[in-house]
Amino acid sequence: MNDETDMTTRESGQVEKKPENVQTLRPPVNIFEDSEGITLEADMPGVSKDRLQIQVDNDSLLIEGDVQFTMREGMEALYADVNATRFSRTFALSRELETEGIDASLRDGVLVLRIPKRAEVRPRKIEVRVD
Amino acid sequence: MPARRTGVDRRVQGNSTRAPARLTVTGGMKMFENLTGLEGSLFSDLRRMQQDLEEIFSGRTSPAGIRSVARGSYPPVNVGATTEGVDVYLFAAGLDPKTLDISLQQNLLTIAGERTVDMPDSAQYYRRERFSGPFRRAISLPEDVDPDEVEARYVDGILHVAIQRRETSRPRQIEVK
Repeated sequence: MNDETDMTTRESGQVEKKPENVQTLRPPVNIFEDSEGITLEADMPGVSKDRLQIQVDNDSLLIEGDVQFTMREGMEALYADVNATRFSRTFALSRELETEGIDASLRDGVLVLRIPKRAEVRPRKIEVRVD
Repeated sequence: MPARRTGVDRRVQGNSTRAPARLTVTGGMKMFENLTGLEGSLFSDLRRMQQDLEEIFSGRTSPAGIRSVARGSYPPVNVGATTEGVDVYLFAAGLDPKTLDISLQQNLLTIAGERTVDMPDSAQYYRRERFSGPFRRAISLPEDVDPDEVEARYVDGILHVAIQRRETSRPRQIEVK
């Protein structure tokens, strides 16, 4: 399920591009913007730092991660809400974002990406001087 | 979810190939029949699509457990079993383990907790898909689990509850003397 979502629009009119060979999970995300940049939070339980991959290619941002947890040998599934072991989701970035300045952190399966806006597009506060 | 949608589309296309051919009437009726035939096939396609969707989402294939919840409930759960024990996995990222309340009464495992997702008021939100708030899930386990042998661990956003089965119910190798 590799769907592409424009980060700054609510509705995605994008159509799938890649054929899906391996079934993947689509991590739920929160995306919000403030004057400094855009923050993306994604739930990726079972993904640790070494199994996480973040790729920025031109204007697309890919987040991917492999889920791992301890299992007993010979385990049989009695019930499963989660049927895949890989998270994957792609977003389209917009030009005013500073992709070189992306900061990522992962804690307890929550990925937080901070994408700053280019300095020239940040709103500048104009102070009014009263002499 | 676009992937699911395309799956259904494909199915409808497949069905439309066996739309009823009602174009054998000749004369002035032909055009009229053409139209109704077309209309009929369109509506039957839609009806079939609706039925397909209902089937997918209701999960009518097997009777639902009395405590089962709708797909997509938070947090997702997987349950696995071996002859030695039963393992329950809760896919709940970003939890404070201190807020978790796990109890096992006979063979009913209940896990309750709360996840708080901070949402700054000043920011403009484009997507809010992450669950926020209290949750509770009850899971019926096999009858022979031992409530005294439970261990819970929270690693990388997955809560793993491991429960041993009772000694007496484990398969035993019988030696021939």
